[in-house]
Amino acid sequence: MKRFSGFLLKEFLHIIRDTRTMLILFLIPIFQILIFGYVIKNEVKDAKIGIIDMSHDNVTEEITARLDAAVDFNVVREYRNYEEAESGFRANEIKAVVVFADNFANDLGKYRSADVQILLDASDPNLANLINSYISVILNKYSHEKIQTGTPALVSTEPRMWFNENLHSAYMFVPGTMALILMLITALMSSISIAREKENGTMEILLVSPLKPIQIILGKLTPYAVLSIVNVISILVIGNVVFGVPVNGSWVLLLLSSFLFILLALSLGLLVSTVVKTQQTAMFISILGLMLPTMLLSGFIFPIENMPVILQYLSYIVPAKYFLIIIKSIMLKGLGLDYIINEVLILISITVGLIALSVLKFKTRLE
Amino acid sequence: MRTVLIILRKEFKQIFRDRMMIPIIFFMPFVQTLILVYAATLELKNTNITIVDIDHSDFSRHLIAKFNASPFFKVNYQEYNYSLIEDDILKDETKSVLIIPANFEKDIRSGVPVNLQMNINAIDGQSAGLINIYVNQILSGFIKEELVEKTAINPGLLPASINVKSRYWYNEELNFKHFMLPGILVILISMISIFLTSLNLVKEKERGTIEQINVTPIHKWQFLIGKMLPFMIIGIFELTLGLSIGMLLFNLPFAGSVLTLFVFTLIYLFAGIGMGLLISDFAATQQQAMFTIFFFFLIIILMSGIFTSVESMPDWAQSVNKVNPVYYFMRILRSVILKGSTISDLLNEFIALIIFGITVMSFAVWRYRKTV
Repeated sequence: MKRFSGFLLKEFLHIIRDTRTMLILFLIPIFQILIFGYVIKNEVKDAKIGIIDMSHDNVTEEITARLDAAVDFNVVREYRNYEEAESGFRANEIKAVVVFADNFANDLGKYRSADVQILLDASDPNLANLINSYISVILNKYSHEKIQTGTPALVSTEPRMWFNENLHSAYMFVPGTMALILMLITALMSSISIAREKENGTMEILLVSPLKPIQIILGKLTPYAVLSIVNVISILVIGNVVFGVPVNGSWVLLLLSSFLFILLALSLGLLVSTVVKTQQTAMFISILGLMLPTMLLSGFIFPIENMPVILQYLSYIVPAKYFLIIIKSIMLKGLGLDYIINEVLILISITVGLIALSVLKFKTRLE
Repeated sequence: MRTVLIILRKEFKQIFRDRMMIPIIFFMPFVQTLILVYAATLELKNTNITIVDIDHSDFSRHLIAKFNASPFFKVNYQEYNYSLIEDDILKDETKSVLIIPANFEKDIRSGVPVNLQMNINAIDGQSAGLINIYVNQILSGFIKEELVEKTAINPGLLPASINVKSRYWYNEELNFKHFMLPGILVILISMISIFLTSLNLVKEKERGTIEQINVTPIHKWQFLIGKMLPFMIIGIFELTLGLSIGMLLFNLPFAGSVLTLFVFTLIYLFAGIGMGLLISDFAATQQQAMFTIFFFFLIIILMSGIFTSVESMPDWAQSVNKVNPVYYFMRILRSVILKGSTISDLLNEFIALIIFGITVMSFAVWRYRKTV
């Protein structure tokens, strides 16, 4: 036991001594969460729009003033014609142009209807859609108030947003960041560190030492497990304090399932390290085989149900997918074990399988 | 000059001798365009919506038919039972539930405003917002076509008498892939220039082979040109390959001029290689270089506006983007490819990238020491 604790201490020192890598490991989750929280916004704010006003009457000027006053928009320029507007689009001056037809106010008085055209830069389709609906809302509101006072909308919806009333994006990226960081630290780092011992030839020294193979493995993996638990807690705390992401369900269940995922990721890292010979191969396999699927196919940023069927099937073998279902259910929906038992069982069987496989593959001899 | 040519030949040999390089250079464009473009989609289609029709009338059936015809939704039906609906949402069996209330048709015919309850699982806030928009678009289409035209309800009851017609320029079908492809090309070219350059240099350091070069009479600039030029050529090759894949497989339109695109790409590659060189100046091991790049790469890519509009970001982030080369290149590629912008349209981006490239490169070259 004393031998093992000495070995463990040495492994911890190895990691701590490389301060830059340590720093980056702790900074990545924090920066990632802050950037996702403050920078990546799927909303329209101060979108620059232009105007083509062929009528220039009191109604069109009032609508223009309203668009400009809205927080969503800034009316930056008035264009004389479509050609000018087009060059504005090409130079990225504006995202949309609102075009008022000739005789706008007259038509409105005479025929009770007038035409507005919205030209949108759809090279970013989702943004174009959002801007379109925001401008339409402002136009509709104007016609409600000014033109046909009192008539309410005939058919409308009353949306109820479950689990996330204010549509905070943090509810998506905090769990997602947890999965990504756990993969990064446990699988990527541990596989590189074992591969480095092989590359440098120091693995031989460990193998001829009186330590048992299982002790070598445990000594290599424990520091990374400790690091990732610290990271899980810091992510949860930042998510909660800064972005108000709740933990509605049980904390114990949440931490236990995180620990299960850490075990799984460690056994993945171990498996990678048993098959590779160099650090570079370990990096490429971990990034292509573990990090990318965790980022793309787990439902972290991109909803799985929008993907082609092949990728949807592929997502079934991505462990992070099950982990995300589990922690989102616990944190956001407040569900108990009975709702997520299938996903938990899947993760347990993957972990057991991986550990068995890597113990089989771990060679105590050198070729 | 002859020395440079010889060094170049040596570098190319060395790059292609590494068995990892061929797959990286030839497969990466395919993997990135095929998998990333398909997976990285924020486009909604075939989202599960459960419709609870309490009214069972002609109008409610017409409305359901509209949902069935929409490419955005896959409709399931459910009888009204609140706990079943709640369970469906809890277990993620459906993304949203629309409830058509009793007396839907009767109320509309008599001009009483009708409110439909829409339940959306909003953990993914962005999708939830889009679902809400699409539902409302379908509803207003239903009102216009089914009610006004077919049943002659007094149009005076309708909310808007300002008719809005929207035209989506540069991407009429709102194809999200056409938005993502230029973004993916930016990632591809950035990876080639930043990752490969710095890993290549740090590997020489780690192995100690850099010392052998240091003791030769080769000048610093000759050595650095030999290190940089191959990645410029590979970068241009990757752009051409990635763009061809996009145009052949995804019908990506190409509105601009090829020459403009290549000029911009060369400038960007110069800046990217400068960054790679700078990182390799400071990193001692490949692992360190790798993590440093990974850390910065994640930040500058996310901030560049690859998924979300830069204008929606807070002011400080927009100021940071003033020194983010990926931000400029992202705008450039999208504008040139989709809108056909020219260098004079993108003059600001052009000047900013040149200044950035020259600054980073001179700093990196100055910092590079031919000593250990």
